[in-house]
Amino acid sequence: MTHDEIIKALYDETLVGNAPAVLELTIAGLADGMGPDTILFDALIPSLEEVGARFERGDFFVPEMLIAGKAMSGALNLLRPLLAETGAESVGTFLMGTVKGDVHDIGKNLVNIMLEGAGFNVIDIGVQVAPEKFIAAIKEHKPDIVGMSAFLTTTMPMFKVNIHEITKAGLRDEVIIMVGGAPVTQEYADAVGADGFASDASTAVRVAKDLIKKRRALTNA
Amino acid sequence: MHTILSSATKTITMGHDQPFCIIGERINPTGRKKFQEQLRAGDLSQIAVDVEAQVLGGADVLDVNMGVPLTDEPALLASAITMIQSMTDLPICIDSSIIEALQAGLEAYQGKALVNSVTGEDDRMDLVLPLIKRHGAAIIALPNDETGIPATAAERMVITEKIVRTVEKYGIPLEDLVIDPLAMTVGADPEAVKITLETIYLIREKWGLNMTLGASNVSFGLPYRHAVNAAFLPAAMSHGLTSAVMDARTPMIVEAARAADLLLGLDPWGGNWITRFRKLEAAKAAANTEG
Repeated sequence: MTHDEIIKALYDETLVGNAPAVLELTIAGLADGMGPDTILFDALIPSLEEVGARFERGDFFVPEMLIAGKAMSGALNLLRPLLAETGAESVGTFLMGTVKGDVHDIGKNLVNIMLEGAGFNVIDIGVQVAPEKFIAAIKEHKPDIVGMSAFLTTTMPMFKVNIHEITKAGLRDEVIIMVGGAPVTQEYADAVGADGFASDASTAVRVAKDLIKKRRALTNA
Repeated sequence: MHTILSSATKTITMGHDQPFCIIGERINPTGRKKFQEQLRAGDLSQIAVDVEAQVLGGADVLDVNMGVPLTDEPALLASAITMIQSMTDLPICIDSSIIEALQAGLEAYQGKALVNSVTGEDDRMDLVLPLIKRHGAAIIALPNDETGIPATAAERMVITEKIVRTVEKYGIPLEDLVIDPLAMTVGADPEAVKITLETIYLIREKWGLNMTLGASNVSFGLPYRHAVNAAFLPAAMSHGLTSAVMDARTPMIVEAARAADLLLGLDPWGGNWITRFRKLEAAKAAANTEG
């Protein structure tokens, strides 16, 4: 296979969520001297973008999005250490969790996939994440953005609790905070003092990129 | 084991020898933007529409959730319950995870309510169960705890065991405990429904408890959701599910449950099935004459 053929095959197999094929092609590409950044930026990310676009249009369904994400993650596990070696800068680090008292993770996982697909380094700390755990993870991973997900009106108030605790720990200025989930609105996000909100996965990526750009412009100014 | 729910004038019995108990899920503002805005403005008129559609559709019980952010949920839930009870004699399932809202709902309610829900976490049970005991209500309990939703039936059984012991400790009869064996989305995990079915079977074998679950969850994110929901119910019922919080407005889904009643010997000689048929035909005939 030529490198162009490998890129094309990687794109196609990611699109249909064929994880074993994506892994095999990634290994073959690397063995043949392809750069990890070429594989990521020319094949995996465009493919995931297409998956996201189809999902937004209603042409793709949840299982299709999830298996495409899994296929990409398998390849990313191989590529990440190599990308770090080449010093390629990630778009940003995104720490993500569902708040305490809430076990819903499908929406969060879809957002994670779109973020990874856009080049973010996503650290998922799971569901039922207590404020202490968010704080410990911020200290450990130093993310650019902390994302909090809640699916229930009764667990949404945890946004405010978390933000309060993060502020108390002296970390509020270190991170951008985004919130989301089925019942969450912009109005509610503003009321709890979050920096960003998005009602769907692709908007979340856009908002995340914008917020990071703004923050970097500020710190460089 | 019979779980008996009532309004001022009507009694519904949940049990493994009873027809499936359909709890209508619709009176819930989650994901309904317009309904949320109406409720926030104190406009309860949409509730009347949802009550009527679900009564017509064949609901046995109505779930009532008033979880609107940035409102006085206890007051809203109490008004909604009083209003619904003036419209229908169906018993109500009072749905909130805010303890003050449950309390206000139970105080407003006439009859014996079902409460949705409590988890297997100690602090939640210590808050909710005394309230259930005081009002003589029935309670839906979920076998998940602070660590999340257990991935296996065996782990769900461990938490169910803990719930059973705690409910007994509070002097609540096991008849008034309804376990939610946790229906997860099959589109996010191919094994999810198999694990739910296994849990249902094991709970029935061990305690004979009544069980209900959020049936519409299984089809989230998939096309033709109604067909998936309709297929799920008979499978769950044959494993021992006795109720579901579900779409009571879509005939395909309600009929799947009622047909399964008949097939599983819970509607002997098809009395309910045939009565439903006659009612629908009569309604159709009436509509034709009017038109």
